[in-house]
Amino acid sequence: MKSLILTLISVSLVNNVVLSQFLGLCPFLGVSKKIETAAGMGGAVIFVITIASAVTSLLYQVLVFFHVEYLETVAFILIIAALVQLVELFLKKFSKGLYNSLGVYLPLITTNCAVLGVALTNVQNGFDFVTSVVAGFGTALGFTISIVILAGIREKIEDNDIPEAFKGSPIVLITAGLMAIAFIGFSGLI
Amino acid sequence: MKKYLKPLYNGIIKENPTFVLMLGMCPTLAVTTSAINGMGMGLTTMVVLIMSNFVISLLRHVIPSRVRIPAYIVIVASMVTIVQLLLQGYIPTLYDTLGIYIPLIVVNCIILGRAEAFASKNNPLLSIMDGIGMGLGFTLALTCIGLVRELFGAGTAFNIPVMPDSYEPMTILVMAPGAFFVLSLLTALQNKLKMPSATNTKNPSHLKCGGDCMNCHGNTCLTNKLSLEKEDQ
Repeated sequence: MKSLILTLISVSLVNNVVLSQFLGLCPFLGVSKKIETAAGMGGAVIFVITIASAVTSLLYQVLVFFHVEYLETVAFILIIAALVQLVELFLKKFSKGLYNSLGVYLPLITTNCAVLGVALTNVQNGFDFVTSVVAGFGTALGFTISIVILAGIREKIEDNDIPEAFKGSPIVLITAGLMAIAFIGFSGLI
Repeated sequence: MKKYLKPLYNGIIKENPTFVLMLGMCPTLAVTTSAINGMGMGLTTMVVLIMSNFVISLLRHVIPSRVRIPAYIVIVASMVTIVQLLLQGYIPTLYDTLGIYIPLIVVNCIILGRAEAFASKNNPLLSIMDGIGMGLGFTLALTCIGLVRELFGAGTAFNIPVMPDSYEPMTILVMAPGAFFVLSLLTALQNKLKMPSATNTKNPSHLKCGGDCMNCHGNTCLTNKLSLEKEDQ
């Protein structure tokens, strides 16, 4: 239990997926203009990454059984793409409410490198099934925390007096850099 | 002959994947802690890009257009696996430094983007030239960014000390936040000089937002999805 909590803190805060691993940058910069949409994206990412790490963890057992571990990249990317489609169809059919709030973000997640990144990191670290799921959930939680914070800051600085050349993406990147410095502070936690 | 040299110019200067198209930002930020690392990542991506462009171009009449994206992903993933195994066997130091970012080349938008935009419409030789051009452009950009970070962050260039002893290195530049700062200054410079770049011009794209992720409000994806679904029917 203690090691699971440590894993959760480690992947969500200390090794934050966006601010220290640089995975999932496109949605991080692209969908962070409003807190509401950022939270929606975060929710969808938590949903998909948690399921994806569970499925890929089981799939890796199958690959090991047949001694074809080198196929992990091919197998993982296919299963993730299929999984996102399935989740979308499932939500559309059975949970209209959830689909309306998360559905629009799902197609964007297929190309999110964080999903594949988490699956591969889990395998590299030799995590068992439960740890993989916790690590996946934690990573996505870290993504949600940072994207919501960034969206909050962007809403605040929208009307500020920003130098002409820094308007648009440069100021967002500076903000992200400052957030990354703040997150370095967490490295003392573990 | 001229036709075959054009993709080179296109990839390195006119449509440089990093400086102009702003594609594949994850590896651009993650591995450019030194010029050597940036160059290694760039060259690895280039090899994958050339191989996948070649194979996809050969199969362009065989793959049905409805399932082309999954087919491209499988091809790219196989190429990445081949390159990964070769690196592990022959250049283990590079394999260790790049780590998880090698398999993640699969989801690098440059590769799928070129497959969709170029290799699926042109002959194999032209596609190889496009892969070389785009790959060199990417390598050049990554090496430059890596060099800037290494020079000011560690006072060295390609691991050779060049700064005077009195220079105090800004270590933050070789750490994670430095990547954001360097990219921010780069895009600010492009805005200032009004250089063509994905961050200040609209991309020609059939998508509603013009493929302009940087200026997306987060709600254009709904309209995109509807227009894509309409296309499918």
